[in-house]
Amino acid sequence: MSKSSIKIRAKVKGNECEVKALIQHPMETGLRKDKKTGQVIPAHFIQEVNCQHNGKDVVNALWGTAISTNPYVSFIITGAKKGDTITMSWVDNTGGKDSSEAKVS
Amino acid sequence: MNMKRRVFLKGTLASGMVAVAVGAGLLSPRQVLAAWPKSAFEAKSVNDAMNGIYGTDLAPASGDIQLDAPDIAENGAVVPVKVTATMANVESITIISEKNQTPLIASFNLGATAQGFISTRIKMGQTSNVIAVVKAGGKVYSTRKEVKVTIGGCGG
Repeated sequence: MSKSSIKIRAKVKGNECEVKALIQHPMETGLRKDKKTGQVIPAHFIQEVNCQHNGKDVVNALWGTAISTNPYVSFIITGAKKGDTITMSWVDNTGGKDSSEAKVS
Repeated sequence: MNMKRRVFLKGTLASGMVAVAVGAGLLSPRQVLAAWPKSAFEAKSVNDAMNGIYGTDLAPASGDIQLDAPDIAENGAVVPVKVTATMANVESITIISEKNQTPLIASFNLGATAQGFISTRIKMGQTSNVIAVVKAGGKVYSTRKEVKVTIGGCGG
């Protein structure tokens, strides 16, 4: 099994569940130059991130180039219980994509 | 070379067809919104970015939005930003950095069970205001905070 680019942690605290995710991605802005060749490094960044709780959309994020390299995002959802499934997926501007899921703990 | 030309032609054809589909009312506005708003993300001014996302550049300041960001960011490539909106029915949270080449950073659409809270890390080119824009109950509000950047994080 290849390692996913997304790491998800979801923890219940009372009625709320905090979902934290780290994604491995270069997030190139298209403004940076390669120090050796002087060539502009083409933009390569995540445009859309989707998160579902038990198959239902909870957060849909649209990103530009100004999200940091190896993006971190967290948010809070209500009504999640231990053992529920959190799914997250991303799509970047070159058509690359990945998804991952985790159980709420 | 020829291959690239083919791909390019296909691309222009496809985007042309989307525009036709929108014009003909085949796509509902909801579906159109779901697509990545290129013009808003490429906008060079805060007003254009706001118009691209919310269709308005008027966002009255609100005390119900808390924007947590450092006073001084040593590294502009990684600036932690946290937005907490305490009003009811928060629909989306958008983060804008006023003086970035393209000010719009990200827009989060929140579902019914998502709370008005987003935490992430952003890049800032230089010292600037960070603006958190929140849409709640069909209205748009904002709050801002200045972040001093020692080393810019956008390259170029």
